[in-house]
Amino acid sequence: MDLKDLYQQLILDHGKNPRNLGKFENFNKDAKGHNPLCGDKVHVYLKLDENKKISDIKFEGEGCAISMASASIMTELMKNKEEPEVKELIDDFLKMIKDSPELNSKIISEDEKTKLMSLSGVKKYPMRVKCATLPWHTLVSAMTDKPGEVNTEKDD
Amino acid sequence: MNIKDIKKEFPIFDNKVHNNDLVYLDSANSSQKPKVVVDRIYDFYTKEFSNVGRSVHYLAVAATNLYENTRVLVQKYINAKDPNEIVFTKGATEAINLVANTFGQKYLKEGDEILITELEHHSNYVPWHYLRKSKGVKINFADVDENGDINIESIEKKITPKTKILAITHLSNVTGAILPVKEIIQLAHSKNIPVLVDGCQGAPHLKLDMQDLDCDFYAISCHKMYGPTGLGVLYAKKKWLEELPPYQGGGGMIGEVKKEGITFGDLPNKYEAGTMATAQVIAFGESINFINKLGIEKIEEHERELTKYGEEILRKNNSVKLIGSPKNKGSVLSFTLDGVHPHDIATILDEDGVAIRAGHHCCQILHEKLGLAATARASLGVYNTKDDLDQLNSSINKCIKIFNS
Repeated sequence: MDLKDLYQQLILDHGKNPRNLGKFENFNKDAKGHNPLCGDKVHVYLKLDENKKISDIKFEGEGCAISMASASIMTELMKNKEEPEVKELIDDFLKMIKDSPELNSKIISEDEKTKLMSLSGVKKYPMRVKCATLPWHTLVSAMTDKPGEVNTEKDD
Repeated sequence: MNIKDIKKEFPIFDNKVHNNDLVYLDSANSSQKPKVVVDRIYDFYTKEFSNVGRSVHYLAVAATNLYENTRVLVQKYINAKDPNEIVFTKGATEAINLVANTFGQKYLKEGDEILITELEHHSNYVPWHYLRKSKGVKINFADVDENGDINIESIEKKITPKTKILAITHLSNVTGAILPVKEIIQLAHSKNIPVLVDGCQGAPHLKLDMQDLDCDFYAISCHKMYGPTGLGVLYAKKKWLEELPPYQGGGGMIGEVKKEGITFGDLPNKYEAGTMATAQVIAFGESINFINKLGIEKIEEHERELTKYGEEILRKNNSVKLIGSPKNKGSVLSFTLDGVHPHDIATILDEDGVAIRAGHHCCQILHEKLGLAATARASLGVYNTKDDLDQLNSSINKCIKIFNS
């Protein structure tokens, strides 16, 4: 266990000053996520344009540094991605958090990969994995117009 | 009391957590177990095991006697009039469900009101909630004040002619408030309203006397009293246990079973359907012996002194905000840190071997009132020392350092 892996400078920075925090007008998809065990909440808003590209994405939420940083980094990486890319990135991220040692997607740069890998510290903290994955599951829900709220205790 | 010696009676403290000594500050969640309790479970299964109350062979008779001995120990511990007023359940949660279910079934009708408080643990709210749907009853909440306290006036204000039962905590698991339960019970009884006390946090830390308190029901969680999990106690005045219908049906709780009808057994069997948590009940007897050996008054005094010390050092720490400053406070220290979420606090403290709880502590109503999604909570037991609280404070400072780096 190493706290330095979990609380990297980048995570602390995004946790304290989350990017894309807030709501914007003209969003056409949104979804809420909730972890009833700890109270973490996230609400993802996005605009999917006519080319199925995320032209804007923001989130509202409250939670621990890990969940806020994860939502912050996720929204940064998702902006201007097209639907198939969004899906690929989500799958890649969730696979990495679950058991893969690295990210395999080719659609983000090495720098972006490094940024996303900063969340890999949670792998050593099973109780905290859900903090990192909640925003991502919520994004899936928004993209697929799944009704209801994402609940960490009901979803994988 | 020599706490160093007491700590030695708990085998868990021989282990290291992340290479550090365990600083266990989560006793309001569940307490650790002394060796006598653990050994009792082993001995029962290896030397004395049999089901109770069914067979006539040697082991069955011995096991039944052991099981019933604990009932008497509990009766004496809480000063109940009769051992038959002690019902074993699978936990305090089941004890409250038992009362909500049977009392609701027999006495409540549409429009009736149940009064609880904003301090209640989900286990003293959710069981009553079912009656909203099944019976159309209303649940009222007595307001918690800015100190995290409930005073008698806030209860009085919410009692109406339709209030049929009052269900209140003895000691809040978040703010630590010790409620003036005796006065509340007197007030309720003056209006003919029975009272259930959720004693999950009361029973392990406060001297109990059912005759003095005069409550109608008192729910106890055994695993918070240095006892085994899977076990709770419902104390109820005998008249209630006689009047209320049975809760669960099954073997052991019956009188006579015929195709055309069934009669139910006498107390306490009426409420103990099926094979009970036999080993746990027998081992719980050792938990009570353990507490009695130390003396609950001595435990109370030790924990009060520690709580005061903990409050002092945490108040001196400018980054810490303590939650709740009730007039009468039990050994619970809930807090938040500027800029650090409680879950991050708990993870960082854990690295130092400091076990606390973070979250809403099964009290979402209270957290909503406090305007907080979550808090961090350090809670004490007989084995804690000032050193533990110093370690807590220094690990809190580590959190601040990490987050301000």
